[in-house]
Amino acid sequence: MQAAKDPAVQEHHALVGDRQDLPVIAPGHTLSSITDKITSIVLRRDTPLAWAASLAFASTGLFFLAISVAWLLAKGTGVWGINNEVGWGFAIINFVWWIGIGHAGTLISAILLLLNQQWRTSINRAAEAMTLFAVACAGMFPLLHVGRPWLAFWLFPIPNTMGVWPQFRSPLLWDVFAVSTYATVSALFWFTGLIPDLATLRDQAKHIWAKRAFGMLALGWRGAAQHWERYEVAYLILAGLSTPLVVSVHTVVSFDFAVSIVPGWHATILPPYFVAGAIYSGFAMVLTLMIPLRSVYGLKDFITDRHLNNMAKVMLATGLIVAYGYVMEAFYAWYSGAPYELAMINNRMFGDAWKSYWALILFNVLIPQLLWFRNVRLSPVMLFVISIVVNIGMWLERYVIVVTSLERDFMPSAWADYYPTKWDVMLYVGTVGFFFFAFFLFIRFLPVIAVFEMRTLVPARDPSAKKGVGATSSSTKEGAHP
Amino acid sequence: MSDVSSPAAHSHAHEGEAHASLAGSSRALWKSLDQIAPETNAAVVRDYAERQHPSLLAPLSDPFARRDVLRLLGASVALAGFSACTRQPDEKILPYGKSPEALVPGKPLYYATTMPWASGAIGLLVESHMGRPTKIEGNDKHPSSLGATDCFSQASVLQMYDPDRSTTATRAGRIATWGDFLTDLTGQLAAQTGKQGAGLRILSGTVVSPTLAARLQAVLAAHPSAKWIQYEPIHRDQARAGALAAFGEDVVARPDLAAAKVVVALEADFIGGGPSSVASTKAFSKARRARKAKPTTNRLYAAESSMSLSGAMADHFVAVRPSELLAVAAALAKAVGAPFGGDVGAPSAKAAAWVSAAAADLAAHKGECVVIAGDAASADVHALVHALNAALGNVGKTVSYFPPVAPVSIDQTTALRELVADMQNGLVEMLVMLGVNPVYDAPADLEFKAALDKVAWRSHLGLYQDETAERCLWHVNETHYLEAWGDARGADGTVALTQPLIAPLYGGKSQLELANALLGKGGVTGYEAVREHWTATLGADGFEAKWRLALHDGVIAGTAFAPTNVTLRSIAVSGSTAGGMELVIRADDSAFDGRFANNSWLQELPRPLSKLVWDNAALIGLATATRLGVKNGDVVELVLGKTTVRAPVWVLPGQAEECVAVQLGYGRTRAGSVGNGIGFDAYPLRTASGQWSASGLEVKKTGDTYHLVSAQMHNSMEGRDLVRVRESGHLEGHGAHGHTEHPTVWTPYEYNGNAWALVIDLGSCTGCNACSIACQAENNIPVVGKDQVANTREMHWIRLDRYFEGDDFDTARVRFQPVPCMHCENAPCEVVCPVGATVHGSEGLNEMVYNRCVGTRYCLNNCPYKVRRFNFLLYQDFVTESVKLQRNPDVTVRSRGVMEKCTYCIQRISQARIQAAREGNRPIGDGEIVTACQSVCPADAIVFGDKNDPKSAVSAWRAEPHHYGILEDVNTKPRTTYLAKVENTGADHKG
Repeated sequence: MQAAKDPAVQEHHALVGDRQDLPVIAPGHTLSSITDKITSIVLRRDTPLAWAASLAFASTGLFFLAISVAWLLAKGTGVWGINNEVGWGFAIINFVWWIGIGHAGTLISAILLLLNQQWRTSINRAAEAMTLFAVACAGMFPLLHVGRPWLAFWLFPIPNTMGVWPQFRSPLLWDVFAVSTYATVSALFWFTGLIPDLATLRDQAKHIWAKRAFGMLALGWRGAAQHWERYEVAYLILAGLSTPLVVSVHTVVSFDFAVSIVPGWHATILPPYFVAGAIYSGFAMVLTLMIPLRSVYGLKDFITDRHLNNMAKVMLATGLIVAYGYVMEAFYAWYSGAPYELAMINNRMFGDAWKSYWALILFNVLIPQLLWFRNVRLSPVMLFVISIVVNIGMWLERYVIVVTSLERDFMPSAWADYYPTKWDVMLYVGTVGFFFFAFFLFIRFLPVIAVFEMRTLVPARDPSAKKGVGATSSSTKEGAHP
Repeated sequence: MSDVSSPAAHSHAHEGEAHASLAGSSRALWKSLDQIAPETNAAVVRDYAERQHPSLLAPLSDPFARRDVLRLLGASVALAGFSACTRQPDEKILPYGKSPEALVPGKPLYYATTMPWASGAIGLLVESHMGRPTKIEGNDKHPSSLGATDCFSQASVLQMYDPDRSTTATRAGRIATWGDFLTDLTGQLAAQTGKQGAGLRILSGTVVSPTLAARLQAVLAAHPSAKWIQYEPIHRDQARAGALAAFGEDVVARPDLAAAKVVVALEADFIGGGPSSVASTKAFSKARRARKAKPTTNRLYAAESSMSLSGAMADHFVAVRPSELLAVAAALAKAVGAPFGGDVGAPSAKAAAWVSAAAADLAAHKGECVVIAGDAASADVHALVHALNAALGNVGKTVSYFPPVAPVSIDQTTALRELVADMQNGLVEMLVMLGVNPVYDAPADLEFKAALDKVAWRSHLGLYQDETAERCLWHVNETHYLEAWGDARGADGTVALTQPLIAPLYGGKSQLELANALLGKGGVTGYEAVREHWTATLGADGFEAKWRLALHDGVIAGTAFAPTNVTLRSIAVSGSTAGGMELVIRADDSAFDGRFANNSWLQELPRPLSKLVWDNAALIGLATATRLGVKNGDVVELVLGKTTVRAPVWVLPGQAEECVAVQLGYGRTRAGSVGNGIGFDAYPLRTASGQWSASGLEVKKTGDTYHLVSAQMHNSMEGRDLVRVRESGHLEGHGAHGHTEHPTVWTPYEYNGNAWALVIDLGSCTGCNACSIACQAENNIPVVGKDQVANTREMHWIRLDRYFEGDDFDTARVRFQPVPCMHCENAPCEVVCPVGATVHGSEGLNEMVYNRCVGTRYCLNNCPYKVRRFNFLLYQDFVTESVKLQRNPDVTVRSRGVMEKCTYCIQRISQARIQAAREGNRPIGDGEIVTACQSVCPADAIVFGDKNDPKSAVSAWRAEPHHYGILEDVNTKPRTTYLAKVENTGADHKG
């Protein structure tokens, strides 16, 4: 970065900057500078005060989580605002929201990998971690929201002497399979991708315990050619497995609603619109995390404006699909002519639920249109604000779908309102706390950017690159960059 | 009142003395010896110890020995803790050495008994499980029940198990015994004997028990100058006065509602108001029932100041101010040519239109119509109604006159007024109160409470340590009617025996036993007294057989009244419509006059029209509310004379303009843990002269609000096809409403055996809520409390939806719809349950498997009828011992985290199935299974049975032209279906 006129850097520009004018890695980096910069966060740099403060703040959320879960288990789901007309509330909203957020990580790691998108390299590790923690948060809700959580294992097809099986027609059961598969594959994918870097950390670590810990986690990785070969096969297989999950998980989640008969839930547009919404919110969350991360840890060289720009474009595209979904929901209701559907959309737009509906349109459809402007896409501050807006908007979307549909359904005599209680809010805040707590630990103790993958982005001419270290499916030979 | 005054009667006399001498008063409370005996007063302590604990005296004086004592004390206290670790004593479960007759463990027995009620007792069959009464059913042999019951009788079983009931006799607030009471009573009576009982007064409610009445009259015979006063807040003084004015004798007009084609009800609620309405509802619904064979119904006109259930049923309803009712009755009389004297002015234009329609209809149906007036109607209105019926030729056809139900019928208000005057004047030396609570419910202007304090010896027999018990020297805990022997008259005069279903839970004495005590026969049991009375009445010849038959059937044959022949006198009425605002006072649909205030089933039962729970409210029409600038939940001050009562407002259709209607029975201070402090007390507004209404009311807005909870948030049907309405004679209705079969790719279920179905006739349904509370009693449904209902978490398996229809709020038509589980063929709940906890049964029931339910609530969301109920918290009371006894052992008691809903009383289906299987695998007969909601229904609006059986009643109902299912367009194919509401407004009779 200090020598912009360096011919090597210019060539690098030409290579990796491809059709963009923005690089995916700042010029001037060598293999060792990359390794050093990333591993130093874990091994050598002082723990930043901001990190400690953030972790402390996040642990407050964790504390809320513990209290609200304890109270919930002691008293029952009645501590929440749900009732006999609105059976699902914050728990399901939050479940869908968190699951949706996870999708960006999988999309970045798997689909962009298969599509040979270089720019994914520096963000995939953190995005995958985000997926994992988001899925963990999401997974808590279905478990906790049932009346008798201690019996929730009945949802799994566990052979038993009574010969009682789950009821396979229920979308909730499909959910169990979809989410547990998703959690498993995401964890494996993330961990597999970490192994070479864990070995690097093991080799770089000075402290005996750090050496041992990373050594154990590295599973004996020596960087042998055979290791690399097997690693690449395994990684590709996992990427292949993850790819359909990006589409299937949220499709199945949307079935929870689409398969029911509740006006406002029962719509065929839901699966694609949920998937798009998931990616939309996921990218919003990646931006929410990455923008502060790269500036606090000085990682702007690796997470460049190019990344921000591309992620903003993905958001814009998926946001438009989501907007199409909103239009279609209203269209279906009108076109069906069914009184219940019409009443539902009328209630959302002009009835008692108008505030949340129009807030959702503002947050998810109108404000993100700013992303059409390149200046906005390149402004980290603007992007950060928009990403937060979209996160809120996507939460509101689930609120509107889950709650307002149930509040006004078939029998006017059974119409009711839903008001969350402090325990609803506290559990939500608790999972947010858990998410950030886990994420901060991840930042501190594991490499937030895939070191060996970043090294493949360094020009091939660099002699150190010929040691055959970094490799991804797209670039086993460094010189083979398009 | 201190113990010192009657040392002899006290079993611990010297202790009482010591307390008295130490603290000066037996009432003083002390925490330690130091407090009553400061160190300077050590001699007193010594003295006390000397008499109380002589064995401690020696060690106390010896310092060394005293330490030993303390050491021992300390050790025993410490060791006492270990006793918790010891084995619990063995409890033996013993089989009956000699099994009681007919008792088969697991099979309930039914006993006939009677629930006393002022306007006529109701005969019941009480289900008993191993000696525990669990559920009330109607006695079809009893003319006041005919197999059905009402909300109050259903809830009365819970009242018996109420843990807040008085469990012991008390004297001046301290525990005492019946023996102590008898001793004291005997002494007091002995003092009265010399004075002919001049200082003795007995105050009871309306006594409908012949035995009790006879005993009390015997007391009066023994003490000629004593007086027996009957007073109940809900009395028939005005009806009595009206009958006296019209006929010169006290008679009760009993309409034959089954025969009348046109019914005009003036402030008369023959549907609500308690057990005595069951028979009239039955009769009315007979004439109301519209079927293919007889597609027409009767027609009901109602004029009321605050809409009752009868008003809600009316084809033509008009809201009239209480003071206007007389003008309405007079206009009716004028129009049909019933003679009367006096001028009372003309009714308002709105009421006049109603009158002309009603009068024309009456004139067209002479001899087959009837005019009735309720307790709240004035004596003049009653007299006019008698004249009307006479002029219309209804007497002997649709209305007959009978003696009053109470053997001794008096003007209760006058009697109470005299009693209070005597008390004020110090003429009353001993007052014996039997099951009444006048401190709470006597007319406010009589100031009973102040007068009571002037009576030296006052005793109270009651179920609760209530407001009156608190101010009495003696309180004796009363037995519940399910625990005691007795008898009671029904509305038609039929006497039935009250037999106990269980030994008194807390000892306790019945009113009859206390009356015996007044006769100096304190040892005579209720059983002996009743037998004695009826042996004398029926004759000793073959008495045992008659007695057994009476106990078995629940009625004493041949005791019904014969009609009385009456001659109408000339009638003169006077009065005029008052200006300004008026107050309307009514008994509450749940608390009644306050006696059921502590009954949580009733408190949580949504009031039929307002759907409010756990509260009463100042009901007000929209026009008046708009003028006053108040809305639901605004607290207003109701000022009447010098009295001010704060009440929250609830705006409701069917209220007369410039009127505020309040309900009695709330704002109690000593009702118990459930009834204390809920609602507002309307009794302060109730004066002796204005017991049902009053003019000159002032309503002031306070700016405060109060959280009233209504179980139904939305009152409009939103144009959805939920309650269908047909006009009498045209059951098909307009437009095709046939059953559309939607195409399906699935193979439908096949039902080779029974296929259960339930049909509800909305034309008969009165919205009285009895089904809801019967279901609660049968199916162990918990009560959740006001806060939970506020968040729509009530648990009723069958709810009464109430919609208002019409453009004008104040004159909107009321539509009731009971909604239990629909047991859909295509049940949306079944497919979405991930664990298979709700499944389709082989007979078409949608079954809940409680112990499989994990509580995802997906079924609830996907139920379009929203009939599923979730145990969000631990609603079921697993702690209170007495309440556990009420539970139906055939129904699972659900705990937290589980979904529940209507099962079509599957336990009753199973019982019938087992019975049929035992009897040679015969098919289950039609009518053999009766669901709880069906059996309680006084309107016969519910039928249950096998729809596969073409001859079953349910099949017949399902074949009716006005039969339909709700939300059939969703293709749920409900098993629970409805018959459309059939009205008889008559296009040319619009009122």
